[in-house]
Amino acid sequence: MTTVQERPPLGASEADLELLLLIRHFEQQLLELFAAGELSGTTHTCLGQEYIPVALRTLLRPDDFVFSNHRGHGHYLARFADPAGLLAEIMGREGAVCNGVGGSQHILRDGFLSTGVQGQSLPVAAGVALHLSRAEAGALAVAHIGDGTWGEGAVYEALNLAALWRLPLLVVAEHNGIAQSTPTELQLAGSVAGRAAAFGIEHARVTSQDLGEIRALLEPLLAAARSGPAPLVVEFVTHRLGPHSKGDDTRPAEVLAAAAEHDWYPAVQDERFRQADERIREQVAAVAREVAARPRSVWADRGCR
Amino acid sequence: MTARVVADLNAALHSVMAADEHLHLLGEDVADPYGGAFKATRGLSGAFPGRVRATPISEGAIVGAGAGLALAGGKAIVEIMFGDFIALAFDQIVSFAGRSVSMYGRRVPLHLVIRCPVGGGRGYGPTHSGSPQKHFVGVPGLSLFETSAFHDHTTLLRRMLSLGHPAILFEDKVLYGRRMHAHDTLFHRTGLGTLDPCARFTVEGAGRADCVLVAPGGVAERALAATRSVLLTDEITCEVLVPSRLYPFDLQPLLPVLAAAGRVCVVEESTAGGTWGSELAQQLHTALWDDLRAPVRLVHSADAVIAAAPHLEREVLVQDTDIARAVKEVTAG
Ligand SMILES: Cc1ncc(C[n+]2csc(CCOP(=O)(O)OP(=O)(O)O)c2C)c(N)n1
Repeated sequence: MTTVQERPPLGASEADLELLLLIRHFEQQLLELFAAGELSGTTHTCLGQEYIPVALRTLLRPDDFVFSNHRGHGHYLARFADPAGLLAEIMGREGAVCNGVGGSQHILRDGFLSTGVQGQSLPVAAGVALHLSRAEAGALAVAHIGDGTWGEGAVYEALNLAALWRLPLLVVAEHNGIAQSTPTELQLAGSVAGRAAAFGIEHARVTSQDLGEIRALLEPLLAAARSGPAPLVVEFVTHRLGPHSKGDDTRPAEVLAAAAEHDWYPAVQDERFRQADERIREQVAAVAREVAARPRSVWADRGCR
Repeated sequence: MTARVVADLNAALHSVMAADEHLHLLGEDVADPYGGAFKATRGLSGAFPGRVRATPISEGAIVGAGAGLALAGGKAIVEIMFGDFIALAFDQIVSFAGRSVSMYGRRVPLHLVIRCPVGGGRGYGPTHSGSPQKHFVGVPGLSLFETSAFHDHTTLLRRMLSLGHPAILFEDKVLYGRRMHAHDTLFHRTGLGTLDPCARFTVEGAGRADCVLVAPGGVAERALAATRSVLLTDEITCEVLVPSRLYPFDLQPLLPVLAAAGRVCVVEESTAGGTWGSELAQQLHTALWDDLRAPVRLVHSADAVIAAAPHLEREVLVQDTDIARAVKEVTAG
């Protein structure tokens, strides 16, 4: 007997599901490539957190500007669905979005920017929001940060500006309970909500992983931030399933098991999912084979002055 | 009489703001009626409402917001109230604005000017008298300029805003009250170079110089005073070059003049150690090894914090007497 589900699992449409799986398999592929010695440097996967950019995808407009961080592959793929360009960037191959200069953490493409210094993007996002509030009414600057990044002073300087100047700045706090190896209890006094409140900034806490529920909750809040305009902090209570970077997880087994309980992946197990899962796993593997065979990327225009 | 330096700078800010509706100006207390701690921004908030903003005391955020405006296709001028506080914006300047120009694998234009009142001589004490130029030398994607009474500010700001990468403008505070273009009539002034010309001061009627002094911004006046003194008391002839761009430094147009003298003093107010002058000296030794008759001489402030009491401050900061002594030593051999 198969159970008939009232509504699609995770409230995900076909496109959502494919995107979730694309990000999941992309990240797993990266860890495999690392294990096989195919990648240099480091990489931070968003395993377990894929649903956040996927949920936001339908709420964002093309003229919104997204600032991403070190854990940014999901944010990029949700925006561009371009695994080949991103993998080429990470592998330093032809067709790399930034010619292989930026690598995993430093990507710039049409209204999307990531950088590897925690908190640095918030003042810049405030500046972009200032531009948008004057030039593109209704557009948002969206900045993804982790819970650990709330330790950086730049965050508060930017929140103050955003509240004072009523900037359309959406801060997406991906609260996964850990910063590199340090649990939130050891690095964050008070709460994200309390800190937003201190600046008179609206705060919403998202505990669900159901895309439909998340979107229903956030849609009016984002609309208000756009029309205000006004800053908004959305805090996702989420879980990091994988290591911080390649293979540096020091969490005890029971903590890892508890995080895994929140994984959306085993929760979705209908036939449609299984088919898509297999297809996309193979698709990502094919992208990896194809990209790995490309010539090295060329940095032609390196002028910085 | 010519305008004071701060008035010329203010007129320049009005001019560049009027010329480009996408240009914003951000800084602490820059709005009227206050018009900035040194009044350089007077009248701008009224003339360009919405584009000139007084900000919270948040050096990192205002430089970052300026960079964001620039990233979004606009342009921004950011004022750091006292140049010392630029340390608080180091990450935004060095690791964001400077790097973003090239770290995405292609050139990303970023039109951002950071204005920094610097220097001592006014008794403001250790945290308000510094010359942080040296901390920004050699940062990829970043250019350094310095104002003087001999460089038109409108031309300078236009140039900096057209670079397409971030630039810092150091403004020696002692210059604000000086008159533009006014100098000791002992000297004849011309220009050297085309893109970022140095103001060149030679002694009227004197033959070949024994020594060339390279002295930007606020120390130019002290270099000229030292030049007068060594000429009158020791019959040593110097010429003085006042550059407007510190980094990257275009040595080429200066080489014939420097080679002819064979002796060079580089003067700066920065405290000793890892300075702009030592970078320049390295370039000079490489370019002029066969022509130099003595090692390039560095003249800078002592390796100390800048004291508040005038007599103690004088002990630390470069004085014209220090420059004169250096010239005598370098020309003695
Ligand atoms: C300014 C700065 N300090 C330290 C680091 C090194 N670092 C990279 S990620 C990270 C942890 C970030 O934690 P959090 O903000 O919670 O994001 P998460 O990794 O959990 O997604 C640290 C310390 C950095 N990149 N930038």
